[in-house]
Amino acid sequence: MKRTDVILLLVAVVLIVLPLVLVKAPADGSGFGGADGQAQSLITKIAPGFKPIFRPIWTPPSSEISTLIFSLQAAMGCGFLGYYVGLRVGKRRASEESKEA
Amino acid sequence: MHIAEGFLPAKQAIGWAVVSAPFVAVGLGRIKKVVAERPEHRMLLGVAAAFTFVLSALKLPSVTGSCSHPTGTGLGGIIFGPLAMAPVGVVVLLFQALLLAHGGITTLGANVFSMAIVGPLVAVGVWRLLRALGVPTSYGVFAAATLGDLATYVTTAFQLAIAFPDPSGGMIVSLVKFLSIFALTQIPLAVTEGLVTVVVFGALARFDAAVLSDLGVSTLAGEATP
Repeated sequence: MKRTDVILLLVAVVLIVLPLVLVKAPADGSGFGGADGQAQSLITKIAPGFKPIFRPIWTPPSSEISTLIFSLQAAMGCGFLGYYVGLRVGKRRASEESKEA
Repeated sequence: MHIAEGFLPAKQAIGWAVVSAPFVAVGLGRIKKVVAERPEHRMLLGVAAAFTFVLSALKLPSVTGSCSHPTGTGLGGIIFGPLAMAPVGVVVLLFQALLLAHGGITTLGANVFSMAIVGPLVAVGVWRLLRALGVPTSYGVFAAATLGDLATYVTTAFQLAIAFPDPSGGMIVSLVKFLSIFALTQIPLAVTEGLVTVVVFGALARFDAAVLSDLGVSTLAGEATP
């Protein structure tokens, strides 16, 4: 990993953490909700008569289960990315070692 | 950018699906061609899909006090062409629609259009333009991924404004309202996606320089990160 990579990732972390520090979440715990949900409630405000044309076939029974599935999605992606990086780094090392030998 | 299940009038839900379908079909053809001609490129295809899986699962806080997620479709667009990301987007959005009630089957066409068609198209457009102007690779990747991410959310705002014009102010007022939810929130997240994409692209350029140049991604050796 290059030094610039570390700096870029640090800036990314700051960008993620900064809102949590700067923005005061309301005391009722309603802060940092999803933008998708806000859009949904705006729709019901703009078009109070609108009835959704379809309901989700299955909804995660709780926010815990929803978190579980989101984590699973991220874990699957990370698993593959880790596999790729490991494979490439291993290959590179093997070819360097065979050169040295 | 996920329009919730059922939250589009039926005609528009079908309309977006009809619009998105040919892009997905051409994208599938593109992926099939890459895999058939160069099976060794499957690995990077997997990386592009995995990157989208990870980024679209991460809901990040923003300065607006709400949360949204990056899309991750710029990276794959730059490497495999914009349309290759359309089928990838279908897989991710179906996963979320079926298992998370996030987005939906009826809104799949609209959501694929914003995240997996407009996003990568804008990203690749920016990328090619900046490359033609001689902008260094990492700056090009950053601008492409950032603007592609932002374009997805602007598209969603347009889709919702068309579907739900304000009763007194019409579509424009609606658009401003939806943009204030989606676009503002997305700006820092888009920058975050841009930064992460630069790092990942840099790694790919180091590990798979031959594959990238074979795919016509013009990077100069050793220039992937400044």
